[in-house]
Amino acid sequence: MNENSRAGGYNFAYLDEHTKRMIRRAILKAIAIPGYQVPFGSREMPLPYGWGTGGIQVTAAVIGPADVLKVIDQGSDDTTNAVNIRRFFVRTTGVRVTGRASDATIIQTRHRIPETPLREGQIIVYQVPIPEMLRWLEPREAETRKMHALSEYGAMHVKLYEDIARYGHIATTYDYPVIVNEHYLMRPSPIPKFDNPKLHMNPALQLFGAGREKRIYAVPPYTAVRSLDFEDHPFEIQRWQHACELCGAADSFLDEVIIDNEGARMFVCSDSDYCTQRRDAHRRAVA
Amino acid sequence: MYVAVKGGEQAILNSWRLLAEQRRGDAGIPEITLTQIREQLGLAVDRVMAEGSLYDPELAALAIKQAQGDMVEAVFLLRAYRTTLPRLAASLPIDTSAMSLQRRISATFKDVPGGQVLGATYDYTQRLLDFELSNGAPVAPAPAAANALPAAADIATLMNAEGLLAEESPPADDAEPPDLTRDPLTYPAGRALQLQNLARGDEGFLLALGYATQRGYGHTHPFAGEIRQGAVIVEVVPEELGFAIEIGEITVSECQMINQFAGSATEPPQFTRGYGLAFGASERKAMAMALVDRSLRAGELGEAVTSPSQMQEFVLSHSDNVEASGFVQHLKLPHYVDFQSELELLRKLRARHFAGAGTDGAAT
Repeated sequence: MNENSRAGGYNFAYLDEHTKRMIRRAILKAIAIPGYQVPFGSREMPLPYGWGTGGIQVTAAVIGPADVLKVIDQGSDDTTNAVNIRRFFVRTTGVRVTGRASDATIIQTRHRIPETPLREGQIIVYQVPIPEMLRWLEPREAETRKMHALSEYGAMHVKLYEDIARYGHIATTYDYPVIVNEHYLMRPSPIPKFDNPKLHMNPALQLFGAGREKRIYAVPPYTAVRSLDFEDHPFEIQRWQHACELCGAADSFLDEVIIDNEGARMFVCSDSDYCTQRRDAHRRAVA
Repeated sequence: MYVAVKGGEQAILNSWRLLAEQRRGDAGIPEITLTQIREQLGLAVDRVMAEGSLYDPELAALAIKQAQGDMVEAVFLLRAYRTTLPRLAASLPIDTSAMSLQRRISATFKDVPGGQVLGATYDYTQRLLDFELSNGAPVAPAPAAANALPAAADIATLMNAEGLLAEESPPADDAEPPDLTRDPLTYPAGRALQLQNLARGDEGFLLALGYATQRGYGHTHPFAGEIRQGAVIVEVVPEELGFAIEIGEITVSECQMINQFAGSATEPPQFTRGYGLAFGASERKAMAMALVDRSLRAGELGEAVTSPSQMQEFVLSHSDNVEASGFVQHLKLPHYVDFQSELELLRKLRARHFAGAGTDGAAT
């Protein structure tokens, strides 16, 4: 834990080349079968399970010295876990890092997709806690694998229908189920359903890593990703009655912040890069 | 006015320094050495080696020191180091019947060939706090004879001769056992994989599950057929030599639990086995492991699967304390986004509730 012990004795990006190759093979398989969960020999990483070890292994397997890395957690580059993961890669690879989504070649994320549209050639790596969309409906892995093999997703439709019957609408707000390439039911990781439309036909390669659960899955560029819904209850994203109070954006996902002891609230962009860029642009326009 | 959360990097660096200071404690008190930990906290070292899946007392001592004695954290440190080590060779199976015994007891036979050997155990210490120890009293030398015990045949082998104990032979293909640390665990897992998982599983978790089987949740009528502890030789066959060479010695604890079995359509009534093995002097762990191993064989033996300790996915997916600790504690990480989504939903649901709106979907 010495600050100066600059990853001496460790390979580029921490993992040895054999392990990286094993992970890359799993990634290739995942890309070939969009939305299918590929088991892989997940390693014990020097960061705790549940804190992004799957995403870290995926990033470590695909990153090269010329890459530019962005790491976000809850949309922000400055939350401690994002900072820690970024530091890990700086220590073990020495690559350039950035806060700007448009400058990055690899974006590792937890719980958000940047507001700035991604482009071809970029890779977005999602940290996944529980990869199995059917897990709360069927805890046994042996069973859920069968259900996927048979595309037997009725239970999920019933669950959504029951929401509508009870509440009048689907009561899932994040980790909202999607069908990839009209085949596999996939868990988009706990992104808000606000971000689900960004999964669809995205020009970037989307990779999902679950370290503790030892699964990798992928959505290749320009792949159809459909959020489950019903004809009479079409999929909808969250909307706010507010705009961001810092940058004025009316099209971004907003975090609610409590600002004083009286419980006053303010709404600000969850994507700190998007918010900063908009404020900078505004400042330049005014100047 | 709201200020965006910044400065995470500086906070982390400061936290490291605070931690280092806290770990060191009062600088006026001599720093604990790895040798002291290895020699005087040996059972802690053994547990960290067992659950860390790495036999190295020196590194385990370092992990314990670095973790301020937090065992799960120490196991994590050792595991994270272990992953980076190259695999040079696979050893031959250790032969525990050739063990150089430090302790060996059977609860099923009054006397056994090779004898009952109590060895060093807390079992009969009466657990009175020893105030002499707080002053560092000198220790009288133990009787020397305890050091040279002959190898003794294991009791399971002796029972096998009469057919009372179910035969445990390698599967027909006797394939290379899978490696849990290289390949993902898939279900259903074979016995080899199951035992690997239990061997590195959290002692507390296995203890609780094993205990539950004794209280009726998947009862297996266990007897401690044999518990032995001592040093075994580790051998490898280097490719260029083609014969086995000894590369060292490790201490292990082994438990053969013997359990009643009423028999089935194809099997006569007989005893069956649960098996436990752990690095070091880890008898409690080995016994708990043996109970759980036998309990998990319910499916294979045609017993009704009704309790968690009989369910392979339940046990094997949750036994690992590094995984469990990480995932439980990941709840400390920010969940602003999911929480915001839930807040919004809850407000919507409450608005409907108080507006007295019907819950019929067709109404919306």
